[in-house]
Amino acid sequence: MLVDIRNLSIAFPSATGPSLAVREVSLSLGAEKLGIVGESGSGKSLTARSLLRLLPDNATVTADRLEFAGIDVLGASERVLRGIRGKRAGLILQDPKFSLNPVMTAGAQIAEAFRAHRRAGRREAKAAAIDLLAQVQIRDPARVAGAYPHELSGGMGQRVMIAMMLAPDPELLIADEPTSALDATVQAEILRLMEDLVSRRGMALMLISHDLPLVSHFCDRVAVMYAGRIVETLAAGELARAEHPYTRGLLECLPTLTHDQARLPVMARDPAWLA
Amino acid sequence: MSRLRTFAAAASSVPITLFGLVLVTFLIGRVMPIDPIIAIVGDHAQNDVVEAARLQLGLDRPLAVQFWLYVKLLMQGDLGRSVMTSNPVTRDIAQYFPATIELATVAILIAVAIGIPLGVLAAVRRGSWVDHGVRVFCLAGHSIPIFLLALIGLLVFYATLGWTPGTGRSDVGLEGMVPDVTGFLTIDALLARDWESLRDACAHLVLPAGVLAYFSMAYIARMTRAFMLDALSGEFVITARAKGLSAARVIWRHAFPNIAVRLVTVLALTYAGLLEGAVVTETVFGWPGLGQYLTISLLNADMNAVLGATLVIGLSYLLLNLLADAAYRLLDPRVR
Repeated sequence: MLVDIRNLSIAFPSATGPSLAVREVSLSLGAEKLGIVGESGSGKSLTARSLLRLLPDNATVTADRLEFAGIDVLGASERVLRGIRGKRAGLILQDPKFSLNPVMTAGAQIAEAFRAHRRAGRREAKAAAIDLLAQVQIRDPARVAGAYPHELSGGMGQRVMIAMMLAPDPELLIADEPTSALDATVQAEILRLMEDLVSRRGMALMLISHDLPLVSHFCDRVAVMYAGRIVETLAAGELARAEHPYTRGLLECLPTLTHDQARLPVMARDPAWLA
Repeated sequence: MSRLRTFAAAASSVPITLFGLVLVTFLIGRVMPIDPIIAIVGDHAQNDVVEAARLQLGLDRPLAVQFWLYVKLLMQGDLGRSVMTSNPVTRDIAQYFPATIELATVAILIAVAIGIPLGVLAAVRRGSWVDHGVRVFCLAGHSIPIFLLALIGLLVFYATLGWTPGTGRSDVGLEGMVPDVTGFLTIDALLARDWESLRDACAHLVLPAGVLAYFSMAYIARMTRAFMLDALSGEFVITARAKGLSAARVIWRHAFPNIAVRLVTVLALTYAGLLEGAVVTETVFGWPGLGQYLTISLLNADMNAVLGATLVIGLSYLLLNLLADAAYRLLDPRVR
């Protein structure tokens, strides 16, 4: 089991006492593609980032078990964590405009990731960076390697981000809304690229998104989060058999070409879901 | 190529700004309700003596003509003669300004060397006792009047402990021992391989530079902390940490270069402020710098000296601004 989470809770201090952003989440992941869907603030990003202990300083994390490849992440030292971050688990963030360092060239950022976890000279790392850029299907990798993030389009930036996170050859890739900031056509390209790389390298994938059809199309299993809880976990093909009213509500809100509806229904939220 | 062109555009604004500065300072000097003639000839001079002096200085002519004559001489590098020292103002400035530059440069170096690491440390350990400690330390630097700090410094380190020499740039016995090449005592002593004079010049610098540095350091540290807090909250910092980089690398290689541009602005302005002549510090330490020269000239209504010194200060502001502008282009690829 690559990822094993039991009863994970994440709380933040607030004026009225600690406020729970993630409540008793349990989840496990092998060499598969798991999708986590949910609306903004449902705790999906926090759950994923807690695996790398990359949470804001004021977050309090408690869990019966929070393990990555058998390593207890909660009790791990910073040194052990650095052996997981990047090296064994990569994290792709939403918008390359903000997630890439604006004053470093794309090539330098990838080479840095490459050198962080193995002994390699500058020249070797630079060659590896260009090779990785070619692997994420950038046509002119040498030019892009010398470009700064503001000189790249969103899709290119996200390819650079993927190349950077693949550099140390990790076992798990966490993609936190990797396509939300991109145009629809570019979204499909990036997803196809990720799918291709993940299956070719035999990596596990945790894909976080608020796009239910996209995730179900792309992943093996889907976990639906609402208000800090996983309300339902389904095999991707069985989405139609969803039982939780929140999941059903989400599915009903989707416009389709075949079923003619004058108005899309608005979800009626039941306060009982919060309990 | 375009980088050069934008820089040239920035540089071309310097003469225009400088002209404005000359005009304004000149007019203020002439409009002021003090009569520079009386400063020269004294209160009890006969009327014909006053008139003769007025004619000699060209003060009887229309303001526009006076200004034109001043600018014409200025173009030839002539700032006129100081009434007080009866030397050409350029020679006076060449003598006083290096003392100020020397003091300001040492002060800013100390301030940067301490202020930036302190600010970064405070930002990284936000809310901890380190952060609070730095805040109190900086608050003191900001709020203790500089003359008081200077006097306490002299009392403690000179009068009581005897660790530093007293006021002035050098010991009386060593004055004029090294040939005047650059005007900077430390460099001149170094050129002359006169180690005793070098040691003495450095010893005299420590206390006034330290007092000035403490004041500037407080500002630099505070700004560095604010900039770093902003940079550390960036998404790219999460990316850097997710790559498995060490904390030091995340801070110094990723967050810090992102604040460099804003920091350069702060440093340039702080340095310019120090060059303006720390009048109070120079007075307390008997430091023969530009601030002291300007103050004494002003009190004596020595208008040529005041104008000249003001222009030099204005010019250093402009040049530092230009330098900061050039630094932006080096440090931030987005400005190129």
